[in-house]
This record gives sequence, C-alpha cells and structure tokens, in this order.
Amino acid sequence: MGMNDTNDLHKRNGLMHPSVDKVLVIEGTHAASYAVKLAKVQVIAAYPITPQTGVVEKLSEIVSHRDLNAKFIKVESEHSAMACCIGASISGARAFTATSSQGLALMHELLHWAAGSRLPIVMVNVNRAMAPPWSIYVDHNDSLSQRDTGWIQFYAESNQEVLDTVLQAYKIAEIVSLPIMINLDAFVLSHTSEPVAIPKQDIVDEFLPGREALFRVNPDEPRAFGALIGPEAYMEMRYKLFQAMEDAREVIRKVDSEYSEKFGRSYGGLVEEYCTEDAEIVLMTSATAVSTARIAVDELRSLGFPVGLMKVRAFRPFPVEEIRDLARRVHKIGVMDRNISFGATGMIYQETKAVLYNAPVRPKLFGFIAGLGGRDITPETIKDIYSYLLNHDAPESETVWIGLKSSQESRSDRGDSSSEAFGQNENL
Amino acid sequence: MIEIRMHGRGGQGGVIAAKILASAIFKEGRFAQSFPSFGVERRGAPVLAFTRVDDKPVRLRTAIYEPDHLIVLDATLIKSTNVFSGLKHGGTILVNTSASIELLKFPEEYSVAVVDAADIAVRHKLGAKSIPIVNTSILGAFSRFTGVVGIDAVVEAIREGVPIMPDENAAAAMEAYEAVKSTASEEILGKIKVN
Repeated sequence: MGMNDTNDLHKRNGLMHPSVDKVLVIEGTHAASYAVKLAKVQVIAAYPITPQTGVVEKLSEIVSHRDLNAKFIKVESEHSAMACCIGASISGARAFTATSSQGLALMHELLHWAAGSRLPIVMVNVNRAMAPPWSIYVDHNDSLSQRDTGWIQFYAESNQEVLDTVLQAYKIAEIVSLPIMINLDAFVLSHTSEPVAIPKQDIVDEFLPGREALFRVNPDEPRAFGALIGPEAYMEMRYKLFQAMEDAREVIRKVDSEYSEKFGRSYGGLVEEYCTEDAEIVLMTSATAVSTARIAVDELRSLGFPVGLMKVRAFRPFPVEEIRDLARRVHKIGVMDRNISFGATGMIYQETKAVLYNAPVRPKLFGFIAGLGGRDITPETIKDIYSYLLNHDAPESETVWIGLKSSQESRSDRGDSSSEAFGQNENL
Repeated sequence: MIEIRMHGRGGQGGVIAAKILASAIFKEGRFAQSFPSFGVERRGAPVLAFTRVDDKPVRLRTAIYEPDHLIVLDATLIKSTNVFSGLKHGGTILVNTSASIELLKFPEEYSVAVVDAADIAVRHKLGAKSIPIVNTSILGAFSRFTGVVGIDAVVEAIREGVPIMPDENAAAAMEAYEAVKSTASEEILGKIKVN
C-alpha cells in the first residue's frame, strides 16, 4: 500500500487531525503515561501492582529522561501513594497516581480524604478482580466498591480514550474540585497495543493550562486543611460536595465538546449511544465490552433486529438524564454488569433501576452479569444477551448470569489439554 | 481481519514481536492490535502473543480462538501444548527449528515454513546460545512466508521497537527473510491468502 493510501486511510480514522503530533502503537498503560506527561503533572506517587505497573514504569522513564519536570515519589504502599497525592494537591500541585484492585482497596480511607478535601487528583485504576481467589484479570468490583467516596469515575473503551480522558479529567477535576478515577480493563486495554494519536503539546497547553489552586498550603497565608468540624457545618460541606458532583455532569459534557473542537475526538460526555435512533431494545454496558458489543449490534442490525447500545462512560456522576431520555424511546433496556454487588444485583443495573423508578416512562429492565474475573466477553456473549432480551417480555430473575458453567465444567476447564493430533512429531 | 497467534516461552520475546508486528502493519497504513496471553509471565513458561490486522480500527477485544497464522518460536511447544488449536483451514505455520522441513509432519491443509531463527539470532549476538532472542528473526521470515506485512515496514518497526541492538535485530530479520524454507512453491511464497 502506497504512502498516499496510508494517509487517506488514517485521515478517515481521525489519526491525521491537525492536533496530532504522532501516532504510536502503544498499550493502554502507556497511553495513560503519555497523557500524564502532556498534562504536565507535577507530582507522581505510586506503588506498582499488576496490571497497572506499565503506567508508572513508563512515567519513571519519562521523568528520569527529564521529559517531564515532575517529582516522582516512590512509596511503600498505595495508602502512602494517595497520601502523597493529597499533600501535593493541597500544596497546589497537579498530582497523579495509578493503581489496581487490592491496591485501590488499600487506598480506600484516603479516597474519602481526597474527595472530602475537594482535591483535583487524577488516578488511573486498572480494573482487576478482587481476591480471593487471586485474580489479575478484569472486572469492575474494585472501582465500583469505591462509588461512595466522592470520586468521579470514568470507564474507557480504547487506549485512545484512556489518553483523551486523562486530559479531560484534569480539566474537569480542577473546575469542580473533585478527584477523578479513570478505569481501564486489565489486559484487555492495559496490555493491548493499538494506534494512539498523541496530541501536540502546545494544543494540550491551550486546552489545559497549569493548575491555579483556589486554596493551598502557603506559609505566608496560613490555613487549616481538613480540621475537625462540628455538627453545625459538616452537613453543609457534604451538601457542597454533593452539589459539585451534580454540577460535574454539565462540566463533563462541556469539556468533552471543547475537547472535540480542539482534538477531533468526542466521547459523548457521560454516555455514548450507538445505533439507538430506531432501536427498540438497548443494551447498556461499559468499558471494553462496549467495543466488542458494537460488532454484535452491527451484525444483529444487518439481520433486521432493532437493537442499540448505550455506553456508560461516567458511573459517577451517574447519567440520570441520559438514561431517562433513553427510557422514553425504547421498549426494553438490558444492563450488562461486569461486577456484582452481593445481596443485590449488578451495580449499573441497580442504579439504572433507581433512576427509572420516578421516571415518567419505564421500559422493561433486565440485569445481566458477565465477564467476571476476566471471563472473555465475545460477540457471542453479547448476542446471547440480545437474544434473551428479544425472547423475554420480562426477566426471569433479578440477575441473569451469562455463560455460567456447571461445577463439573469449570473443573475440567482448568487444565490445558495437550495436542493429540500433533503430539507425536518426533523430528522437532 | 487477519489473526496471528505466536507461541513462545517467557524470555524469547514473543510479546515484543507481536507488538513490533502491529507497529509494522500500522506503518503500512492498516490497523493492528496486539496483546499477550493474559497471564503471569515467567521465564521459560509457555507464552502466547496475538496480533490482529484489519483495514479499519480493530474493535474486537477478545482472545483469538481461530487464528489464520501461527508462529512457533520454540518447536518443543508443539509436543507439550496444543499449538494448533483453532488454526483455520488453509492456515500457515511458521516454526523456528533447525530440523529440515521435509521431516515435519503436519496436515496438508496447512502451509508450513521453517527457519533456524535461533542460529540466526546467535550469529547476530542476540541472546546466548542457551537462550537466543529469536523474536526479530522470526518476523523477517514471517514477512517473506505470508506476505501479511512487507520486510521494509518490519525492519523499520524492529529498529524502533527493540530496546537494544537495533542494527543486529534488523540484520537478523533480513537474513531470516532470505533463509525461510516453505512447503509452498516460490510463486506462492508471500502470496498466501487465508479464507
């Protein structure tokens, strides 16, 4: 293929937008690292954990080569990593950390601290299932368990979206004074290499100037941060945090459209709809499953099925208006959760149900659990779900588990069977 | 969409090779995605790495179950693991081995090629004789054998993608490009199409 064809193809796919400096074939963890460099983060504190390690490995390389003028603090735990980010952010610096799973759980106390202090810290969390049993593979229970800490949460579908969302996140965080967690699926994004457009630094600088903290630690102007407060004021401060999260909805939408103007890529704000114009049945899901689900939707639509997709990009704040608007237009909504709240249901399903209770129009709602602990979500998995939605007027139970094996099946699947047909090749 | 599965052992560079392959394909104007087997990497343990190739951005984010092409970095894996699992009818198999191609017994539905990538790697000072780094040699052979990607793009991607010794790695790839032996005739070499 000639150079002209090459340019043409990449132009059509948004990789030759004037804002693009270069296109690199990189893994999801490194897409995060490059975004942190472009955001001119000043303090990085992190503790390595599979599958997040690539994020901080690349950043330590970038900082040691002086390609980013940041303080890189090596810490002894994730709890300390977040403590360092809190200290840095209170002093007015732009701070970053990255973690995963058990590491995120260890941070839990300080997640409340960061949000309560209204600090615009940005963190990348590589979604990995919680142990035991030990797993390094993707599901979303780690981050969704942190839903009530006051952090904004995004879920990314591609490596490009990881980079773009980190840049958007600093802008949003510094407007609403809330910390933001950007989640990417373990291995399916973190260790997958694909083309990522790296924007030009000067255009990023225009979009995201340096942070100007409203309040910061300053010896010339002493203040107390996070001090004891009585019942006469705590509730009002909580209301302000609540209100900041409410306000974040519009800020997220605006920042996404501003990003689109500058960089030519948009993610729809809190949600993105795919093939929903005339859809009667819509599946809601998040992260990399969306990418694969698009293929299933295309296939089913080509066969004449009226199906569509809603990508839940932001989980906090929850896309209330967007979901109520969707509900007015469709007959059935399915929610595929890559997580489970024990004693309840999948968490996006739970929240969707809550949002619709007071909505004027309430379509039939179905909750599906799939892909826990890295179980592959294939186009067939998604088609099974659409098939269920097409063939049922109502769900048979509050949660429908997709692809669940019998105990006998899961025992026999653990060992890798060796080749019978080729095992006798003695000449090798 | 073309799907490639690479079988190697931890330390041979299979994961890097899959990534370099993706970069080379992108350089030629197509889209690619590469990923390792999602697991814990240990030196010497069987490792899988995958590359997808398409004319449009790759949206499919699942494991590869039915590859078009197989690359085997360590021939002993053929006896100990199910290397051929899911290989499509008419698929290709490229094996790093010093064994002569006539001695290999694979079903006729597959096109087979061999290259002594270990020997080439060692002569270019890539790894030790006990642990040769065969990943860049095998890519040169893959380019010639399948025609999925041109050698120029492979060499350029190797130079950018290897952590050290870009000249030696590039030279090894070019030597393997010349040295690969296939059951397919010369006219077919480089023009294999998988349905």
